[in-house]
Amino acid sequence: MVEEQKAETPEPVLNVVSTSPHAHSGASVQRIMLDVVIALMPALAAAVWFFGWDALRLTLSCVIACVAIEALCRKAMGRDLGIGDLSAVVTGILLAFNLPPALPTWMAVVGCVFAVAIAKQLFGGIGYNPFNPALIGRVALLISFPVAMTKWSEWTIPSPIGIDALSTATPLGLAKTNVMSAGTLPYHFDGGTMLQLLMGDQNGCIGEVSALALFIGGAYMLWRKVISWHTPGCYLGTVAAFSCILWIVNPEKNLPPHFHLLAGGLMLGAIFMATDMVTSPVTRKGMMVFGVGCGVLTMVIRRWGGYPEGVSFAILLMNSITPLINRATAPRVFGHQRKNKEKAS
Amino acid sequence: MKREPAKFKVNGGIHPAYNKQLTAEKAIIEMPVPSLLRVSMLQHLGAPAKVEVAKGDTVSRGQLIGEHGGFISVRVHAPTSGTVKAIAEAPTATGGSAIAVDIEPDGEDRWVEDITPHPDWESLEGKKLISLVSDAGIAGMGGAGFPTHVKLSPPPGKVIDTLIINGAECEPYLTADHRLMVERAEDIWNGIRIIRKILGCATVRVAIEDNKPDAIAAMEAVMAEDTGDSAVVILKTEYPQGAEKQQIFAALGKEVPSGGLPMDVGALVENVGTTLAIFEAVVKGLPLTERVTTVTGFPVKAPGNILARLGTSYADLLAFCEGLQGKAAKVVSGGPMMGFAQHSLDATTTKTTSGLLFLRPDQVRTFSSMPCISCGRCVQACPMYLMPAELSQMIEAEDIEAAEELNVLDCIECGCCAFECPAHRPLVQHMKQAKAGIMAKRREEKAKQKS
Repeated sequence: MVEEQKAETPEPVLNVVSTSPHAHSGASVQRIMLDVVIALMPALAAAVWFFGWDALRLTLSCVIACVAIEALCRKAMGRDLGIGDLSAVVTGILLAFNLPPALPTWMAVVGCVFAVAIAKQLFGGIGYNPFNPALIGRVALLISFPVAMTKWSEWTIPSPIGIDALSTATPLGLAKTNVMSAGTLPYHFDGGTMLQLLMGDQNGCIGEVSALALFIGGAYMLWRKVISWHTPGCYLGTVAAFSCILWIVNPEKNLPPHFHLLAGGLMLGAIFMATDMVTSPVTRKGMMVFGVGCGVLTMVIRRWGGYPEGVSFAILLMNSITPLINRATAPRVFGHQRKNKEKAS
Repeated sequence: MKREPAKFKVNGGIHPAYNKQLTAEKAIIEMPVPSLLRVSMLQHLGAPAKVEVAKGDTVSRGQLIGEHGGFISVRVHAPTSGTVKAIAEAPTATGGSAIAVDIEPDGEDRWVEDITPHPDWESLEGKKLISLVSDAGIAGMGGAGFPTHVKLSPPPGKVIDTLIINGAECEPYLTADHRLMVERAEDIWNGIRIIRKILGCATVRVAIEDNKPDAIAAMEAVMAEDTGDSAVVILKTEYPQGAEKQQIFAALGKEVPSGGLPMDVGALVENVGTTLAIFEAVVKGLPLTERVTTVTGFPVKAPGNILARLGTSYADLLAFCEGLQGKAAKVVSGGPMMGFAQHSLDATTTKTTSGLLFLRPDQVRTFSSMPCISCGRCVQACPMYLMPAELSQMIEAEDIEAAEELNVLDCIECGCCAFECPAHRPLVQHMKQAKAGIMAKRREEKAKQKS
């Protein structure tokens, strides 16, 4: 009877024997990275809309350069190519999004070398880099080519006296120089200005201008559970609260909170860079600490620092203490007492 | 109404594809005795039983063939009548090996003569009831296989005030406990009453996940007449609600201290299958010689809940379920989250075989050694609030001490972390490795201190 059954039904192959569990959620690093790439598409569309060919040129060259450099590094180290995980594609897009539209292609490629070869592969590749590779690429370029990295396109500013003027400074840059020299703010804020900033009609790095496009991407990542609200929520919330206090104290010298939220690289940073899994905390509490820290540092740099924008530096500084945050916010293990309680008892 | 929703829940946990629909509606069917039964002497946690028969002996069903091999050990009985063909080392389903007694059934399936039922069990003392459980060779049938008589004898000074009956069956695919609750609720309830008498505890909670409304209704119905403090606790369906510590927390809001036992918070957890075995042992006087195993998986032609004799080979179980209808790439003894992968179908059922699961090639994922990308999903999933990502990296770097400091020993190996890991890291394997390493080190130190 048993023999007959065996003859007509296929034998189990039994070629996989492993430890439990034998079920998996189906998540993969590749799928996560693909989701990030998809989430970046609205911002890319906005970039192409506002900056045209330059946006496409920078994005494509950064992606190609990052993937090629990653492959070269892996090959030189005698390891698997590892480009299938799409992390280099994400780094390429994010770095490009952090560049001004007129930057020469070769400079962008130099940034890619910093990002992938130095910030990522020298540390051991995906998972081992302590700092966000794209931000390292951007900061390296900012320090190496300060002029080219702050050469912006022309932009019609909403003037406080009702006559619009053309400017090649970013909204934040203009505010900083004006407050420092003239002591007054150069803008006139109304709903129209808000809408302008929300849609992305401002100058700046190609991927950071449209808060709306970045928001759509963020919503997609939240839906796909690639990110949680903790980091971006606390980051944006802190910036809003901090700037609100400054603004209430002295509205003449301080930009209002909605301006801080919509201008500059904050949305790109809070949604896509501070949420980088490798370089941010793993605990929910830690993510919140990380977000608050990024927010405070961003505001300190924007208000009192030498640079008009502080998102990159804020995130990189917080990256450096990520392991400490992880340790400090480790949850209380089930069945254990909190350390201080143990001592007390 | 004798039901209450669980007031508490640990964080973490996962929602895997349960696939219980394959067998949830299928009534338990008894499998005929196969042509050979290979009865392992290690069907439980602890010392293997000592063989009490010799090759060529004739045995009856229920006859003692393995005596306690130590304090933490369980008796083994012949699952049918027949002849002892061989006594030899045989592989176990958990990857080790143990002495097993091969019995060739004579087809008569004759019980031993000295079966003493105790329908009057209510007049018996607790000690006598425990000895009946011990004689019947009962081990925890939920999976761990801890000797039940040991569990029912708390050391002096420990008070158990709450009995929790584990009917969560949170492992995907498995429906054996589910069917038992639906079909044998009355007997399970009597088993509960026996344990209640042994422990002298008033409070009884039967914990069932809300994906088994028929089991909830069945248990509630048999408990309706009870005047004591008893209720069905309805757990949200989420893996691992059936894990002992998590279940105690869900039902009572009490945390079993690290390294401690449920009795440290006055609780005791018994699986529904074990409870039924206690009923059979006491009221009917029958030793444990069979159990319900869910034979399931999409490649199985006729999946079902099979009542099979202990010692039935996995190949025979599959054949009884009409074999495979497609390719199976992995065979698991137990459920998909904590079961053991098999390299053949030679292993035989034991008191802990809750399921036999066949997985299609496309359902099987291999682990890789890709680096951790610190997504934190394992941290959010861990029902013990550990940091599996960090632990796994320490263990990879062979820093077992650091892992010990971060409480790797608290890991219950539920597999939530590895289920969620997008890098497909073998997290559970790392934890098991570290735990084994630490325990070996501790044993060494103990031995040193002694000498």
